Amino acid sequence: MPVKKTRQKMREQDPKERIKNFREVPLGYTREQAIEEAKRCLHCKDPPCMKGCPVGIEIPRFIKHIADGEFDKAIAAIKEKNALPAVTGRVCPHEIQCEGQCTMGKLGEPIAIGRLERFVADLERDKGSKIPERMKPTGKKVAVVGSGPASLTCASHLAMKGHKVIVFEALSEAGGVLRYGIPEFRLPKKILDEELNYVKKLGVEVRADTLIGKTMTLKELQKEYDAVFIGTGAGLPMWMGVLGENLCGIYSANEFLTRVNLMKAYRFPEYDTPVRIGERVATIGAGNVAMDCARTALRLGAKESYIIYRRSEEEAPARREEIVHAREEGVVFKFLTQSVRYIGDEHCCVKAMECIRMELGEPDKSGRRSPVPVEGSEFVMDVDTVIVAIGQRPNPLLTRADKRLEVTSHGTIKADEDGRTSIPGVFAGGDITTGAATVILAMGAGQRAAKAIDEYLKNA
Amino acid sequence: MYKIIRKEDLSPVVKLLEVSAPLIADKAQPGQFVILRLDEEGERIPLTIADFDREKGTITVIFLEVGKTTTQLGKMVEGDKILNLIGPLGNPSEMEDFGTVVCIGGGVGVAPLYPIARALKESGNTVISIIGARCKDLLILEDEMREVSDELYITTDDGSVGHHGFVSDILKRLIEEGRIIDRVIAIGPLIMMKVVVGVTKPYDIKTIVSLNPIMVDGTGMCGSCRVIVGGEVRFACVDGPEFDGHLVDFDNLMKRNTRFLEEEAKSVEEYKRRCR
Ligand SMILES: Cc1cc2nc3c(=O)[nH]c(=O)nc-3n(C[C@H](O)[C@H](O)[C@H](O)COP(=O)(O)OP(=O)(O)OC[C@H]3O[C@@H](n4cnc5c(N)ncnc54)[C@H](O)[C@@H]3O)c2cc1C
Ligand SMILES: Cc1cc2nc3c(=O)[nH]c(=O)nc-3n(C[C@H](O)[C@H](O)[C@H](O)COP(=O)(O)OP(=O)(O)OC[C@H]3O[C@@H](n4cnc5c(N)ncnc54)[C@H](O)[C@@H]3O)c2cc1C
Ligand code: SF4
Ligand code: SF4
Ligand code: FES
Repeated sequence: MPVKKTRQKMREQDPKERIKNFREVPLGYTREQAIEEAKRCLHCKDPPCMKGCPVGIEIPRFIKHIADGEFDKAIAAIKEKNALPAVTGRVCPHEIQCEGQCTMGKLGEPIAIGRLERFVADLERDKGSKIPERMKPTGKKVAVVGSGPASLTCASHLAMKGHKVIVFEALSEAGGVLRYGIPEFRLPKKILDEELNYVKKLGVEVRADTLIGKTMTLKELQKEYDAVFIGTGAGLPMWMGVLGENLCGIYSANEFLTRVNLMKAYRFPEYDTPVRIGERVATIGAGNVAMDCARTALRLGAKESYIIYRRSEEEAPARREEIVHAREEGVVFKFLTQSVRYIGDEHCCVKAMECIRMELGEPDKSGRRSPVPVEGSEFVMDVDTVIVAIGQRPNPLLTRADKRLEVTSHGTIKADEDGRTSIPGVFAGGDITTGAATVILAMGAGQRAAKAIDEYLKNA
Repeated sequence: MYKIIRKEDLSPVVKLLEVSAPLIADKAQPGQFVILRLDEEGERIPLTIADFDREKGTITVIFLEVGKTTTQLGKMVEGDKILNLIGPLGNPSEMEDFGTVVCIGGGVGVAPLYPIARALKESGNTVISIIGARCKDLLILEDEMREVSDELYITTDDGSVGHHGFVSDILKRLIEEGRIIDRVIAIGPLIMMKVVVGVTKPYDIKTIVSLNPIMVDGTGMCGSCRVIVGGEVRFACVDGPEFDGHLVDFDNLMKRNTRFLEEEAKSVEEYKRRCR
């Protein structure tokens, strides 16, 4: 029987409907679809897909279980390597990771590995997830700073090894970017809550409202705990430094998304935190963060939502699916365009922005062709809200508070492959060591650090 | 959850709460603040740590009821619990023996000023304090301020007590009388701080102000609190809240603080409707 070249389509909410709500856009596979899709896998020898997965999930094995209808075994196989499959199944940049390497991709469409991962994770969650056996308590205590994917992965792996783990989070709730950044329609908070519950059931304790560097110092943690993991992410918003950036109506992506996601401003006035959105919204940037902002703006009632990006579509760093979804929902893309100045009204609120057209020149350090302004191509665009989503850097709060931590010129904490920092017994991983990256890379770093911490504790 | 262990009404609209928060009390320094959220639906609001007791493990906040959250907080009583409380945030006030320092507090700004004035006194400074309010009823912490000051002046907008006029009038008089002033610290409404800065600028007297932009996280990740200081964008929650007043763009901040006026009014309306 010849293999099917095309993958199973995933059901989605109709674009016209979904821009009126915050419910999740893709609806997931049915059992039949999952089995059909799983059957397309060629079970390659030395499977290339696995090389594309930063946490090394045994992809062909879990797919085989799905094809056989043994969903419990499939999820167990995934969870050996990945504590948050319902999250990664949704947000991994599959096309450049596991699916990007898939052999089937050369013959037709790659196996929908992410969707299959999501399917079994959702199925298990509906039944109530099983807690794997933990090793017997070692009596060692580890402090984990931050509660994003790097920290949660590190914490769960350490807990399984029998160590006592306490997670310290500055915000009121755990989850990091998964909580305050990625919107409900892409990653329902209920899913994050249940994945968090799983981590807690492993014995991990979360202490919210604790800003390390202020509420407690790193030194204090070192005194009380046998090791420390730092996973504080890259939460510092970047600005362009152009004229008028401090006008009212201009948000950083972080402010906009935190108001909406963490503080639930989309349910104002039932929830107290406001967010104001105008009729014409421009989001600067074309990464996942920018797509989330532009799509959120539509759901909050913006009449027009624009993406302004200085390079072309090809260079846009967002996941393909996000760009497709944004376009379906009516987001207008203005590529090769850069905002150079914001213009305010008499109330100091933004009313327009001056842009300039760009063209692509020589490749830069990142290998992407760098944009150069086209002289005399300036034009003015009326906007009443601007969201700046041009990237995030590591927040310097903790590294400033403890000078012993060596940092790079980008502000990231210096650490080796396994997360060892310049201070013995202090490890770091995720966006705080790499700069803004991806959920799965953060998880991979958390996993490697957990292993290194476990070894460190054995020898300590 | 953080338990309220003492409540005091300083005036019908100015309330004091002492809250159990041992970790924060242990680290708190004059000039720092906390961010709290009352319940699941609540907004995060910053309040200055007006006092702290490391032994008891408590911090004190003093606030003016201006909108939904502060009104709701004002209704809470001893034994009630606050859902989220994070701190101490921001940088502590710079503390050393400067010589003579004039401490100026307007309205509820006297609350954050008090621990700073006390610490300045303890550091050996001569402390001249000027505290003002709209009227007698709104004047707070008079006795406490008197205790830590070498001289205390009082002003009210309506003349119901003390000098009839503004805190800046007294400051101007002191300067004109030729008093040597090494530093001024002003905390209060933006317009008051702006006026004070205008008074000291021609004489080049170092003037520290404590800014109160709209905040969300208070940890430096959102930029809601951004202010322009010396032409540069700074985040008040991590770079401040105190700044050199002569460099602050007050006009921009005043505008930014009215960003959500409509929503704030709606919030109060909704709150009143629900509480009936
Ligand atoms: C809007 C948005 C959309 C994204 N979309 C995707 C996507 O689709 N796919 C993808 O793979 N990646 C995506 N990313 C990137 C991804 O979310 C991050 O790479 C990942 O979350 C990094 O994980 P982390 O654990 O290193 O840190 P974070 O998730 O940033 O978590 C850090 C946590 O530490 C806390 N913290 C910081 N400092 C302290 C301190 N001093 N004390 C205590 N706690 C502290 C923070 O409050 C935060 O909760 C997106 C990012 C954003 C912002
Ligand atoms: C560092 C700092 C320290 C402060 N210390 C004190 C204090 O000790 N005592 C005191 O009475 N007040 C203090 N404030 C001001 C206090 O935070 C606001 O009065 C409070 O947030 C108002 O909330 P509301 O819901 O009652 O009123 P709202 O109706 O929401 O707002 C009234 C006004 O308060 C300001 N405001 C609203 N939301 C916020 C927010 N999230 N963050 C900051 N300001 C906001 C706005 O200018 C608004 O117009 C401080 C502010 C800052 C930034
Ligand atoms: S974790 Fe991400 S990269 Fe790995 S298999 Fe799952 S979807 Fe692919
Ligand atoms: S590369 Fe693709 S086809 Fe081959 S084993 Fe992996 S998922 Fe299956
Ligand atoms: S309040 Fe968010 S950065 Fe200051």
